[in-house]
Amino acid sequence: MPSLWPLAMTGRSTVTAFGAGTEALRRALHERRTGLAPCAFPGAPEGVWAGQVTGLEAAAPPPALSTFDCRNNRLAELALRSDDFEAAVAAARARHGADRIAVVVGTSTAGIEETERAYTRREPGADSLPGDFDYAHTHDLHALPRYLRQRLGLRGPAIAVSTACTSGARAVMEAAALIAAGVADAAVAGGVDSLCRLTLNGFASLELLSRGPCRPCAGDRDGIVIGEAAGLLLLERAEAAPRDALLLLGAGASSDGHHMSSPHPGGLGAVGAMRAALEAAGLGAAEIDYINLHGTGTRANDAMEDRAVHHLFGDSVPCSSTKGWTGHTLGASGAVEAVIAALCLEDGLVPGCLNVETPDPDFRAQVAAGANRAAPLRRVMSNSFGFGGSNCALILGRAS
Amino acid sequence: MKCWIGGLGVLGPGLPGWAASEAMLAGTQPWQMAEAAAAPPSILPPTERRRTGPTVRFALAAAAEATEREPDRGALETVFATSNGDGATIAGILDAMHTPDGAISPTLFHNSVHNAAAGYWHIAVGSTAPSVSLGGHDGTFAAGLLSAVTGVVARGRAVLLCAYDTPLPPPLAECRPTAFPFATAMVLRPAQVAGTRAALTLRYVAEPLAEPVPPTEGLDALAAGNPAARALPLLRALAARRETLIGLALDETAHLELQVTPC
Repeated sequence: MPSLWPLAMTGRSTVTAFGAGTEALRRALHERRTGLAPCAFPGAPEGVWAGQVTGLEAAAPPPALSTFDCRNNRLAELALRSDDFEAAVAAARARHGADRIAVVVGTSTAGIEETERAYTRREPGADSLPGDFDYAHTHDLHALPRYLRQRLGLRGPAIAVSTACTSGARAVMEAAALIAAGVADAAVAGGVDSLCRLTLNGFASLELLSRGPCRPCAGDRDGIVIGEAAGLLLLERAEAAPRDALLLLGAGASSDGHHMSSPHPGGLGAVGAMRAALEAAGLGAAEIDYINLHGTGTRANDAMEDRAVHHLFGDSVPCSSTKGWTGHTLGASGAVEAVIAALCLEDGLVPGCLNVETPDPDFRAQVAAGANRAAPLRRVMSNSFGFGGSNCALILGRAS
Repeated sequence: MKCWIGGLGVLGPGLPGWAASEAMLAGTQPWQMAEAAAAPPSILPPTERRRTGPTVRFALAAAAEATEREPDRGALETVFATSNGDGATIAGILDAMHTPDGAISPTLFHNSVHNAAAGYWHIAVGSTAPSVSLGGHDGTFAAGLLSAVTGVVARGRAVLLCAYDTPLPPPLAECRPTAFPFATAMVLRPAQVAGTRAALTLRYVAEPLAEPVPPTEGLDALAAGNPAARALPLLRALAARRETLIGLALDETAHLELQVTPC
């Protein structure tokens, strides 16, 4: 069987509530500064917060690709322009050929915000959507990978993964499989999700939205704050990459098979995904130095994840959620947090949950809160869980 | 890439299940257009069953048929491929949000995720195996097949592929026409076992598919009416146990080349 891991991360880019580029995110992590604010998004429920990205008005697609214009693809466009990502892909294209680079990206919202605008733009009494609304290039899930593929001049397979809030992490696993199976030599992988009325009002209907900045792992946490983001990784076989490149050491996925929107209370699926990631990376639990939790800030998720982490790691591995900074960026979170894991490895950083002085007293895992800690990190795990009982864990590190 | 196919399911116009449709797909019996329907999935517990709409029902019917002879269907990894997702649910939420005082139902919201059918499937069969859901517009079946075969080859595990789509309600239907509901499912394996129907070799080609003039009548014409029905040339080759070379478009710039070799 072909070897799936390790893969080298030879490019990366993020767009978050802190703006375009990973340096803005890095600074905010160190300064313990949140990107969350009272939600000003049109049509959002009253009194909720959001992690909104500003500057999208200047991120229109190039004229030749203007049919793809929508909030989701503008986030993707901004990510391409940041962190020298476009140049990194161009270099990979020169190395491998455009046919050999896949685009595998996750999204849960795609460009549905454009559809919401089309509904609002209808003439009074009209049922039909405006004639200029382009479903295929905006609302359709495939609009995102098609846009990235055309914009980057790539000719490998384009796949849109949509597994709710694991989409960004799950896309990385799919990209790894395409490379292992020999379909591609490199992949642009990750996730993009944009604010829209559907997710803001949908999570409100489930009474899962916090009334202030979210406080993952706090005893009195009261829900999520939705953010929007783009996280893109350029992945290649490790042997083709510089020796000091950060590596994806392994990944694992599982299903809960339990309930559509509530996690298995014992964390069965989460344990399965984390265990599968450790097996894929050939690592024991003691070899993980920090876990970036899914840590959404809901009662159920954080309690389940604490049980699952404690089951595998006891209280010996520090863990925390960084959603107090970015909000829950849904289908982008797995990719954005893979980049956060990379930053933690680079900077020797264990970020303590933001806006949380002490973790929930019922939690038994070693939750870092209150302040950031400096620690030499060799391997970091990043968790993502989602509706439909989807679970995924990634492990990042350096060559040992 | 190479894998083996065995265990098939289909539900579409005039195609009420693989077993009932095999001769029609093989061309040894006449096919007639008839409306397709999917019953509430009996494999789900009653509380969950009530929450499923037509899209999930079509997907689960095909997946259940394809895995009927599996000793442990919960052990299968899954790939669920759909272009429109649960379009009726998404349209219901969009309508509610654009109606004064319209409220979204929580069940409607969690059913709106693209991986809803996968979620219900794994609940139905009590499966904790990995699952991925994806979309690919008109190339959705090809994208699902590529992902499933890649999974078989890269991880050496059997994968259940389920591709399904149902028509969107208005006003989205005008922007994204889907002529009828269609679902198909197949079990793909890394090795030949008893009951394996064919070997499948798959190759990604970064060139447009040179498509012949699409058929305008009969069973073959169905392929154009639903992204999941793009599976028909493969299903027909499998039913006829005929060695066949098939081109399957991923989009207007790339396609898959499939070589089907009956066992």
